[in-house]
Amino acid sequence: MIESIVESILPADLLARALTLKNTGYHIVQMCAVRKPAAYELSYSFAKEYDMINVRFTVAEDDEVVSISNIFAPAFLYENEMRDLFGVKITMINLDYEGNLYRIDTKTPFKN
Amino acid sequence: MSTRSIVPFGPQHPVLPEPIHLDLVLEDEKVVQAIPSIGFIHRGLEKLVEKKDYNEMLFVAERICGICSYMHGMGYAEAVERTMKVEIPARARYLRTIWAEMSRIHSHLLWLGLQADAFGFESLFMESWRMREKILDMFETSTGGRVIFSVNKVGGQRKDMENSMIQEFVRILDGMDKEIKNISKTFLGDYAVKSRLEGVGVLTKQQAIDLGMVGPFMRASGIALDTRKLGYAAYPDLEFEPIISTVGDSYARTDVRIQEIYQSIDLIRQAASKIPDGDVAVPVKGNPDGEFFMRLEQPRGEAVYYVKGNNTKNLERMRVRTPTFANIPGMIEALKGCQLADVPIIILTIDPCISCTER
Repeated sequence: MIESIVESILPADLLARALTLKNTGYHIVQMCAVRKPAAYELSYSFAKEYDMINVRFTVAEDDEVVSISNIFAPAFLYENEMRDLFGVKITMINLDYEGNLYRIDTKTPFKN
Repeated sequence: MSTRSIVPFGPQHPVLPEPIHLDLVLEDEKVVQAIPSIGFIHRGLEKLVEKKDYNEMLFVAERICGICSYMHGMGYAEAVERTMKVEIPARARYLRTIWAEMSRIHSHLLWLGLQADAFGFESLFMESWRMREKILDMFETSTGGRVIFSVNKVGGQRKDMENSMIQEFVRILDGMDKEIKNISKTFLGDYAVKSRLEGVGVLTKQQAIDLGMVGPFMRASGIALDTRKLGYAAYPDLEFEPIISTVGDSYARTDVRIQEIYQSIDLIRQAASKIPDGDVAVPVKGNPDGEFFMRLEQPRGEAVYYVKGNNTKNLERMRVRTPTFANIPGMIEALKGCQLADVPIIILTIDPCISCTER
């Protein structure tokens, strides 16, 4: 059965939650931003075999979000993508393309 | 002392149908690091939800990829149907399964051809694509299209297939089963082919988990995971088990994909024997509200469709995580330690689809 479980957390709890999931055998599945007024709703999906947990938090437009790429190495692609397309300010990405993952003329096209 | 150098690979390369760039850090001929670079063909398709209503977006989803276009439309439709609590008729569930498995066969045959071309076996390439052509003919007969079919809709299917047509397809697939056994002997038994694939780009089971790999690339490293088991379309009514190999090299990935072709043929046989009569769609009223993360097994692996509605005709967000996007970290890891000459083979063994990846 496909379930869509969403677990809301505070941005400050992200690293601790990610570490717990890593230590219990989960891997990163996807990371997604949704534009909200002057904010972003971020959903990180983690899976262990057929179980999937979607961890969600909201950050203000100018707030920084710490990368989880030191816990889940493949997260670097998703984080670079969110920053390129939405302008989410993600810091400490282990492979940082500095806004150049996508070769696009318009900066942060999904922001507006 | 070894010499360290950086060799650019792509975005234009004979083995790459689509553009991806890698900076390969070499010590003599050995790859010690690979830094990927994408973004040559980003189209911003997800942004179109602001301009296209939720029914029109299905046609956009189909255009994410030219190989698994049917499965993209299906994934989108399944996700939206779940937000709207729409239950599609049983016949539509079976039709989705049959067309999806035909897509998997043609995608795997296409990949086998590309793989044969990459190691220089041109007749094997042509033989694989000759067989794939039969599947495209079946698509044309049943949907009118060879690449984009537009038979999915939110609420079911736009077209039905006559039961006699389905039986004819099973007869054609029975014949193909024997032909595929013939090319399998070369792909899996030929000395020259094995020398290019065995022990190349090895990834362990733990690496496959840590790197979040999906699909045949992951299953070839020993993980028995197939999201068709989650129970969408008609898969809960059919009997199958994930196909795995425990070796984790390029040969194992080829083996898994060949066995999956047989499995798809078997699934179509099962579906053809069980498909019920009846409608192929239900009327859908209202607009999507709520959200859903849909996971489905495309030929290259698990895709995730996230849709979020706000009770208007336009979705608030559609996000697609394609299999190739998830497999890039695994590909980088598999390249480490390989010889420069094996780089094209390893890249191909993830079955990369860059149009999907960048959307």
